[in-house]
Amino acid sequence: MKITKRKIKELTIISGKGGAGKTTLTAAFATLCQNKVLADCDVDAPDLHIILKPEVKEEKGFSASKLAKINKDLCISCGRCRQHCRFSAITEDIEIISERCEGCGVCSFVCPVKAIKLVERDSGRLFISHSRAGPFVHAKLFIGEEASGKLVELVRFNARKLAEKEKKKMILIDGPPGIGCPVIASIRGVSLGLVVTEPTLSGISDMKRILKIAEYFKVPSVVVINKYDLNLENTEEIENFCEKKGIELLGKLPYNSVTTKAMLQEMSVVEYINKTGEEREFGMGVENLWKKVSEILF
Amino acid sequence: MKIAVASGKGGTGKTTVAVNLALSLAENGHTIQLLDCDVEEPNASLFLNIVPTRIRGVYLKNPVFDKERCTYCGKCAEFCQYNAIAVLPERVLLFAELCHGCGGCSLVCPEKAITEKEREIGKIEKAETKGIEFIQGVLNVGEAMATPVIRELKKETKEGRTTILDSPPGNACPVIETVRETDFCILVTEPTPFGLSDLKITVEVLRSLQVPFGVVVNRDGVGDDRIEKFCQREKIPLLLKIPESKELAHAYSRGVPFVEVLPVFKEKFVKLYKDIQEQEGTKERRK
Repeated sequence: MKITKRKIKELTIISGKGGAGKTTLTAAFATLCQNKVLADCDVDAPDLHIILKPEVKEEKGFSASKLAKINKDLCISCGRCRQHCRFSAITEDIEIISERCEGCGVCSFVCPVKAIKLVERDSGRLFISHSRAGPFVHAKLFIGEEASGKLVELVRFNARKLAEKEKKKMILIDGPPGIGCPVIASIRGVSLGLVVTEPTLSGISDMKRILKIAEYFKVPSVVVINKYDLNLENTEEIENFCEKKGIELLGKLPYNSVTTKAMLQEMSVVEYINKTGEEREFGMGVENLWKKVSEILF
Repeated sequence: MKIAVASGKGGTGKTTVAVNLALSLAENGHTIQLLDCDVEEPNASLFLNIVPTRIRGVYLKNPVFDKERCTYCGKCAEFCQYNAIAVLPERVLLFAELCHGCGGCSLVCPEKAITEKEREIGKIEKAETKGIEFIQGVLNVGEAMATPVIRELKKETKEGRTTILDSPPGNACPVIETVRETDFCILVTEPTPFGLSDLKITVEVLRSLQVPFGVVVNRDGVGDDRIEKFCQREKIPLLLKIPESKELAHAYSRGVPFVEVLPVFKEKFVKLYKDIQEQEGTKERRK
């Protein structure tokens, strides 16, 4: 596999399908991996902070797009703005539907009485934090805000800056589900994408689409099958698919309630196993995965 | 009536609830439309064992620059909020994946050198099964914008029948596009810290959009009672609990809808629908 020779390696954990185990695996790797910066790129439903309980050191505002504002005193209700808006973001009463407005500025341009202007949107917050697993960059997208892809880019930019400043060797990124803009922003240019899948028909279908995305953006990828024993036939299908496509299958993890138990205690699964001594075999499986990932990266 | 099924956290069972609700209601004599709005990763058809066929494409309008007319003044690039256009001394570049198709560049061009061409970003597909009209949107791989595909898909909604919309995960624009202007939203969650945290965000989204909602707890028994406590505190109706079971997980893995494994849930889904209707009814009367 061709891994970029950049000094700081970036690993993004993705899955296509939600709930496949991205954050569980990211948190486990966070315990195992030394000398890294963590980044949560699932900005509209972030969960990694629940395990890491970060102490926020720095908070930044974020505005990635603009929003049209109508001055009703000037508006003559001619309806030109509504007619030209491609996003159906203006109502019949000439009000802006803010969650639909994409801030393109066409309404403002066509308004004959200059009643519309564009203002910056307050789209979210970016946090640079300290956690027990190391420096952690995370974010929160405000309710109803779009441009989550841009917030993801900002998280990655700050994680890189932090990694350079603190001389860390890698950035561990928890990715969002899906294949659209936040996912593309999470994997573009990273050293390696780790795709977590499960042996279900939906898991397989989603894995195929996310691998296509990775290929499209030339991101080298490996696959991990979570809950492999849930359906051995499907697991075999995934194995065959990976072999045919020349994608490395990094390993398999069994269906085990220890991951939920750890989550309920707000610990990473590795921390939980180390503390309780339960399910050591599962813990070794996770450690093995991490060993293989680091061999690929370094 | 339009009912969306959403969740915040992924993998909690949105598609499971949407499909099983659709099947139970159809069997009960309702005319059902099921729209798979998770256009990035559409999965519902796998559980209905159908292969939907394309009915039309979804297009964005992208600019085309007429070299004869262009004076390279740069007004289009200056106007574009998405940095999708770069004007060089004798060339204009378009970064198509950044273009939102707003049409602003062609409006501002003083030379009328910009026309528009449609570019396909996804498609709408359809199939009929067991009394369900099933329609899904599919975002083309490599395209960033799911919202226009969802917007196009929602145009298929027909009045006078029950439309169930299977939402994508998360709380960002694709989810908002799916749930807005629906009559009710079923929030599917699991009794874990991640489930609760993401549920809270989605609750805020729905409150801001003024869409009424209730909660379904999936994988009940796997965690604790934090979801129930939250619902009590926030006065959110708890509509249904689906137990954690390896049998159900296995049926899921094979694409078998779980009402076929546990038929008793058919009645529960019909009752859930009645409960939703009643809530809506009270609201109507209050108006």
